[in-house]
Amino acid sequence: MFDINALIATLPILGKGMFGIFVVTAVIVVTISILLKVTNKAK
Amino acid sequence: MKELFGNVLLLDPMQIIMWVIGAVLIYLAIKKDMEPSLLLPIGFGAILVNLPKSGAVTQIYDKVAEIGVIDLLFNSGIANELFPLLLFIGIGAMIDFGPLLSNPKLMFFGAAAQFGIFFTLSLASFLGFDLKDAASIAIIGAADGPTSIFVANHFGTKYLGAIIVAAYSYMALVPIVQPPVIKLLTTKKERKIRMVYKQENVSKTLRILFPIVITVITGLVSPRSVALIGFLMFGNLIRECGVLDSLAESARSGLANLVTLLLGITVASKMRAEDFLTKETIMILCLGLIAFIFDTAGGVLLAKLYNLFTKNKINPMIGAAGISAFPMSSRVVHKMGLAEDNQNFLLMHAAGINVSGQIASVIAGGLILTLIK
Repeated sequence: MFDINALIATLPILGKGMFGIFVVTAVIVVTISILLKVTNKAK
Repeated sequence: MKELFGNVLLLDPMQIIMWVIGAVLIYLAIKKDMEPSLLLPIGFGAILVNLPKSGAVTQIYDKVAEIGVIDLLFNSGIANELFPLLLFIGIGAMIDFGPLLSNPKLMFFGAAAQFGIFFTLSLASFLGFDLKDAASIAIIGAADGPTSIFVANHFGTKYLGAIIVAAYSYMALVPIVQPPVIKLLTTKKERKIRMVYKQENVSKTLRILFPIVITVITGLVSPRSVALIGFLMFGNLIRECGVLDSLAESARSGLANLVTLLLGITVASKMRAEDFLTKETIMILCLGLIAFIFDTAGGVLLAKLYNLFTKNKINPMIGAAGISAFPMSSRVVHKMGLAEDNQNFLLMHAAGINVSGQIASVIAGGLILTLIK
């Protein structure tokens, strides 16, 4: 029932998934922060 | 008499168990107010499809299939992923991303609170589920019904019924699931940290640009999530553009209500006794709970890590709001803050993280679709 090989096989997905989500988030945060400054200045 | 009562003799004890499960879901919806818009139709649907020879589902009579309306709705609305996407337009039209736009860095906590999804993926694989089923189960941790349905259905899992019941039940149980996890991971002193809310001026231009920017960035990295994030952001664009108020109102009320109604009862097509009453269903319910627990832990622990490197400490409880169960999770955190210090108002901070969790959960769903072929 317990499959340690299957668990090990998912670790790259775990790593890539969390890395991917933080990278996308970082890009969004930087973009929105810039837009927040630019649009507030333009007012 | 046989024509009249012969069907009664076909009744299977397993079907009666499904009636009880249906009745429990209806009870929870009505008496405990737990996600009533979904648990009630799902509960009633569970009874509907578990009557012997139920005409609501497809039956074979004289070697000819009579298509049941529930199966018809399933094929028209869930198998092709239409219902969850339409529901996302309504959800997008409901959400005010203002608190997030005031403080964009809150999004990192939403990202951290998706850890439970990936942890549960590994755990479900360890327990013997194949990778696609494990991914479908793990997405319960998105704490977001449409995303769970979309991803689980995409992988064609046979556990769709159990996954949806778990996803919506745990969302309703957020006020019970999250507080013990938060308390376990934080000290009383940390829970008392006060946070001042500074309302940053968010221009209308930014509110309009936000859904477009999110769709483009997410879509470039995770093309498979474009439908999900795109429909969510389309709903939000309608809300924020300022010239489509009546459409926005229709999306968040009429459309969302209609789709929710059909979605709930249609899900029941996957709750036939022979598919649902298995040991895997119990395992899925346990794994769903684990996903919620580790999501909460991910958000809180990132907030604690953040505090190690900054002078202006944040209350680590707000990290827990990163799971996308909106708005329950932010309310839970706000109430816990008030319980520790009646002058500590965390609602707006938690709401910002909570809506970021909505976006992060869709990104996580898209990444799962991209990473698992």
